[in-house]
Amino acid sequence: MIKIYVPLDTTSVSLGADEVVEEITLLAKQNNQDIHIIRNGSWGLVWLETLVEVEVNGKRIAYGPIKAKDVAGLFDADFLNAGEHPLKVGDITKVPYLAKQTRLCFQRVGLVDPMEIDDYIKHGGFTALKKALIASPESLIKEIELSGLRGRGGAAFPSYLKLQATKDALADEKFVVCNFDEGDSGTFSDRMMGEGDPFMILEGMFLTALAVGANEGYIYLRSEYPIARKVLNNAINLARKTGWLGKNIQNSGKDFDIHLRIGAGSYVCGEETALLNSLEGKRGTVRVKPPFPVHKGLFGKPTALFNVISLVSMVTIIEHGGKVYGKYGYARSRGTCPFQLSGNIKYGGLVELPFGITVRDIIEHFGGGLEFSFDGGRDLKLVQIGGPLGYHMSKNDLDNPLDYEHFKTLGGHIGHGGIVVMGHDASAKELAHFAFDFCALESCGTCTPCRIGSRRGAEMMEQVISGESVNENIILIKELCDTLTKTSLCALGGITAVPVLSLIKNFPNEFEDRYNKYVRR
Amino acid sequence: MQLTNAKNIINVKCDYGTPAVESKKEVSLTIDGQTITAFEGESVMRAALKVGINIPRLCATDSLKPIGGCRLCIVEIEGARITTSCTAIVAEGLVVTTESKEIFKLRKNLLDLYISEHPLECLVCSANGDCDLQALCAQHGVRGSRFLVEKRKPHKPVIDKSAPYFDYESTKCISCYKCVRVCIETQGTFALTVKHRGLHSEVCSGLFDFKNSICVSCGKCVEVCPTASLNEKSMIKMGLPSKQVATTCAYCGVGCGLVVETKMDEVVRITPNANTPSNKNHLCVKGRFAYSYVSHKERITEPLIRESINEPWKKVSFDEAFAFIAKGFNKIKEKYGNDALGSLASSRCTIEEIYTLQKFNRTAFLNNNIDNCARRCHSPTGYGLDQTLGTSSGTQNFDSIEHVDVFLIVGANPTNAHPVVGARLKKRMRVNSVKTVVIDPMETELVSSPLIKADVHLQIKPGTNVAVLNSIAHVLVTQNLVNKKYIKEQLDNTLVKKYMDFIKQDQHSPEHVAKIAGVSSYEIVKAANIYGSSDRSSIFYGLGVTEHAQGSDGVMTLANLAMLTGNLGRNGSGINPLRGQNNVQGACDVGAYPHSTLGYEDVTSQKVADKYSKAWGIEQSTKVGQKMPDMIDSALQGKFKGFFIQGEEIMQSEPDLPRIAKALSKMDLVVQLDLFLNETSAFAHVFLPGSSFLEKNGVFINAERRLSRVRNALKPKVELQEWEIISKIATAMGYDMHYNHPEEILDEMKGLWSDISEVSYDKIDELGGVQWPCNKANPNGSPILHEDKIIREGGGALKICDYQETTSAADVDFPLTLITGRVLVHYNVGTQTRRTKNSDWHDKDELLIHPSDAQPLALKTGDLVRLTSRTNAISIAVKLSKKVKEGTLFTTFHHPDTAINAIQGWDKDKATKCPEFKVTAVKISATDTLSEWQISRNEQVEKQKYFFEASVEELTE
Repeated sequence: MIKIYVPLDTTSVSLGADEVVEEITLLAKQNNQDIHIIRNGSWGLVWLETLVEVEVNGKRIAYGPIKAKDVAGLFDADFLNAGEHPLKVGDITKVPYLAKQTRLCFQRVGLVDPMEIDDYIKHGGFTALKKALIASPESLIKEIELSGLRGRGGAAFPSYLKLQATKDALADEKFVVCNFDEGDSGTFSDRMMGEGDPFMILEGMFLTALAVGANEGYIYLRSEYPIARKVLNNAINLARKTGWLGKNIQNSGKDFDIHLRIGAGSYVCGEETALLNSLEGKRGTVRVKPPFPVHKGLFGKPTALFNVISLVSMVTIIEHGGKVYGKYGYARSRGTCPFQLSGNIKYGGLVELPFGITVRDIIEHFGGGLEFSFDGGRDLKLVQIGGPLGYHMSKNDLDNPLDYEHFKTLGGHIGHGGIVVMGHDASAKELAHFAFDFCALESCGTCTPCRIGSRRGAEMMEQVISGESVNENIILIKELCDTLTKTSLCALGGITAVPVLSLIKNFPNEFEDRYNKYVRR
Repeated sequence: MQLTNAKNIINVKCDYGTPAVESKKEVSLTIDGQTITAFEGESVMRAALKVGINIPRLCATDSLKPIGGCRLCIVEIEGARITTSCTAIVAEGLVVTTESKEIFKLRKNLLDLYISEHPLECLVCSANGDCDLQALCAQHGVRGSRFLVEKRKPHKPVIDKSAPYFDYESTKCISCYKCVRVCIETQGTFALTVKHRGLHSEVCSGLFDFKNSICVSCGKCVEVCPTASLNEKSMIKMGLPSKQVATTCAYCGVGCGLVVETKMDEVVRITPNANTPSNKNHLCVKGRFAYSYVSHKERITEPLIRESINEPWKKVSFDEAFAFIAKGFNKIKEKYGNDALGSLASSRCTIEEIYTLQKFNRTAFLNNNIDNCARRCHSPTGYGLDQTLGTSSGTQNFDSIEHVDVFLIVGANPTNAHPVVGARLKKRMRVNSVKTVVIDPMETELVSSPLIKADVHLQIKPGTNVAVLNSIAHVLVTQNLVNKKYIKEQLDNTLVKKYMDFIKQDQHSPEHVAKIAGVSSYEIVKAANIYGSSDRSSIFYGLGVTEHAQGSDGVMTLANLAMLTGNLGRNGSGINPLRGQNNVQGACDVGAYPHSTLGYEDVTSQKVADKYSKAWGIEQSTKVGQKMPDMIDSALQGKFKGFFIQGEEIMQSEPDLPRIAKALSKMDLVVQLDLFLNETSAFAHVFLPGSSFLEKNGVFINAERRLSRVRNALKPKVELQEWEIISKIATAMGYDMHYNHPEEILDEMKGLWSDISEVSYDKIDELGGVQWPCNKANPNGSPILHEDKIIREGGGALKICDYQETTSAADVDFPLTLITGRVLVHYNVGTQTRRTKNSDWHDKDELLIHPSDAQPLALKTGDLVRLTSRTNAISIAVKLSKKVKEGTLFTTFHHPDTAINAIQGWDKDKATKCPEFKVTAVKISATDTLSEWQISRNEQVEKQKYFFEASVEELTE
């Protein structure tokens, strides 16, 4: 029986992976080939999707990108025996894009069958958990402290402090919540993790639970990820069946269970307090802090709320030790971060690297350079980092290293690690308008600056676009941005100014009053 | 806001923006250069407001948790970014700046954003001059929106004028969500919510308009609305009030403090008084909105007399009326003796008025034939608690609800009958760890409503309270859940052993009682375990306990539970009657009782008689007076001839109306003192015009024993105050009685009743109310009774009360059991509330019937049925409902045309003669006509209407 790997990843499926599977199954039957198709996660080399891997003599030979129409050709080339074909990639792990990465969190994504718990264990899964089950909560938190891990959801808050505070909070019940509401445009690392290695998330949640003393966990998954939902549900069920979740886990005397909850399509529910409200069945509006979730979180109980990548990072840290993990990185940004490269670029995909690499390096060494193929060889114009409300870098900013503090100085944030590259067809004014518009659309409506200010900002920007009272509007927009930044209740309104101000700063000529300039001359 | 413009208003409390904290640990911080101390955990906003630094705010108020929504309360804190002061918590050494150029600019920008979405129609807006947004814009010099570059695109307005007392208009909403939050946090109805998100967020009353939603019109949302989005219809019509008076609500026994705002001698708006502890800044639909009866066109303001009840009324002067009355009563006295006279005091009046009446009765009638309406509601409470604990009153204050861990609610529907206490109970019950046991044949809101779920609901067969409560005691004793130390130290040990032997008997076992009461034995055991497992268990009970043939036994068995577990005399534990009327506690306290005088002194004691003989200068009788039912009995025997009725509608509220009618028509002189001509007036010879609570001065005593001030907010519509009327009749009859001011009456009472010796109007004003005993030992009153020891001499008495099936119980011929009670919008016999817009919700009594009981007759909601009891029959429309149990029917007694009391029997509590209203055996049959009694009642009403109109014509001619 020949093992064939075709990703079930959303990107691959959108590029025709399901059709490829159908075609392979059909042709294998016709050719009387005994094959077994495994739907793995994506390796994160998006331009190679759909990537088909065949296991030949224990080695996996990759072909890509494969469309359903190419499958017949693969059979003709005898790909089941690693036959030559123009789309043959060979050993995927030897591809520089992957080989140059430091895959700690994504060590198993692409490699394992996400629907099989045995495969996870075979590839080193639950090693960290086995250690943690016999370790003290204090020692677990100490390891996380040594690693220097900071929250990967965007706020970059030291994770050990959160663990410590939740552990220290006195309550009869505590919770672990996994924030899987990955709403930033240009980000997909959580999804790839959920679809490609779901057990690692469960393991991360369990580790957290052991550190803080919780017995119940919730995953808050956004509704836009149906495949992740399927994979996670399967993972939770398998883990329960095999005694990795539930009562007296692996005869340790410890209990832990996980529930999967699906969001209702609101961006702001990725904000931790709005997420908790939504989990409780309330409207997804932002709560005031304090009290912080570590003291009064889900159902008013102390809650350790972490992003997916923070949770899986903790697995790596416990498995290899905090010091090992902490060796990677730059200044106060320790460890690795799965950056997600997308936009108008040749080689988009997931790049897990230690902090400190410059944006230019990522684009040149991974993205395929500043030149890109489908826009007549024209130049890169700007790069937005950290989601739809992230900083817009001009070409001059590209040598900034990816480091939390560096970006803060710049006036932006790394956020969830999304890097969106845009070409010359991108309009700074339209992008600024989009930022306000996005905030207006996604505002929960609790605080005034975000609820009303975002709409006013969008209207003023519309005037700027149509050339009316541009200078006056820009002055007002800057003032509005100041009000939004200083007075918003949560980060949604608080960082709406980031893209707007960075665009005005980096592309001043686009916000000039052309008519008046002409008159002045 | 400090309002000191009027002498007769207690300082209206400032809104501190965020709730008070429990901690009393102090920290010091600097605000605007001023070093101040604040309590740990307090918000910066509260700390600042306490020293008079007013921080602008739109979404914060001290009854709600902060949400940090409006952002106007931003302040600068050294070492931190700009933050909202409602959410920033004080810390030692904090340096706060509340006003700076930067902060001012940001606040101005925020206000600019607000008005960019707000219709700028201030001049014609109903909140003009009463709008927080307007005031803040003025304060910050906002002259228009700079950020609004296009023409304002108004959202599609939602206008809802369906609610009887207020309007909703979405365009003026500024999304502070205070309305939604008070509906959740304060009132607990969850009627309001927000739909959509962001700028499209819109407050809505669920799927229906306000009138048809689950909204109970408590009006708190209207009160907290900073703009005109929710506004009283009266404010829309009349504009801002010009005068404010603090007074006390005259509906139920909660005794909420009110601020009545008036102009041109009309009420514009009523809001809660934030200074009064009973209501904690909250009101219900009755107290807040149902005041229009005061100026109803049917108010009678001049005395009416007639020789016989079969002739028209004659309008006369007060002097003529007094002479007529004096002559009539004196004639009876001569002909039949003193004992043929008596009075009925109204517990709706002030203690001064009631005191005057009972003094009148004891000095002019020279007997103790004085009773009050507690006879038919909480007289068993007075008796039962006195017998067991030594005081005729509840043991706690309402504030202690916030410290209760286990509630035992028996036969009470506070969300309807005592709505503000209902809301406070629900607020506490929503705390996860708090447990609730409800014993009630009805499924009330405390059993099941949003976020409320009783841990145990014993839906018992009506009339089996004593059996069930004894069974709970049985479980407590046999499972050793009793507090042995408390029993030993605090109870009368001569009674304990006998009681224990009694309660351990098998007849009280849950298995046995479950069959009697129609509940499961498991639930009884569970209830006992919940109640007995906490030392902060509180009992709240209502008329479902007292209005039974075993009413007093019910009260005493409840007191037994509290004594067995030691749940007495502490904050959060005790036994509390939810008393029906605003001053029913007071009426009993000041001696409107045939067996006791002020402070429950026994009239049969010669010492007491001597004391009063001396004080009043006339020999006092030591003979126990006739209770209200006794007076009716002797009237039927022709021995009781003259009756003074103060504000009581006995022809609607007493049981067995035909019997009352017969008794009244046998009397020679019935004098009525009331606001309106009513059912009882048909049998009256003299009608004296009374004053509404808004035209009076005096004191009410609520269910917590709290004396609160009543002040006249309106000019009296009647020439004489009620205490003046009564004293003038006394004088006319030959006993000289004269007062210049109600406080003189209070001073006289203080000399006679030691428990209020330290009370004065000034002290009540200062403390917002005083709970008796307020004497030398407790100069500021006593919130909790039995603190050190149980007041009864010899210690608490465990009373043996065995269950006996009532003779009113259902049988084969009368298979169903009828209970009567109240709905939220109406009060008692409805004299007041029926004359307000509250009738929009409830304009007729309906009979709730379980669908399976309705099935044999194929009844559907709205069908008329004939309800026949052992004594009489009436017709009433049915409503199918699962709130009642199979075999049980429920209706209200708010509407006189239903005359539901006509079918109620004459069964009474043995000790106090409180009628058994809560059990009437009935059968139902389909009908399409009114009953004989109802037809004759309607004829009588027509006749009396003619008699009154004839008097009007006579005068105009």
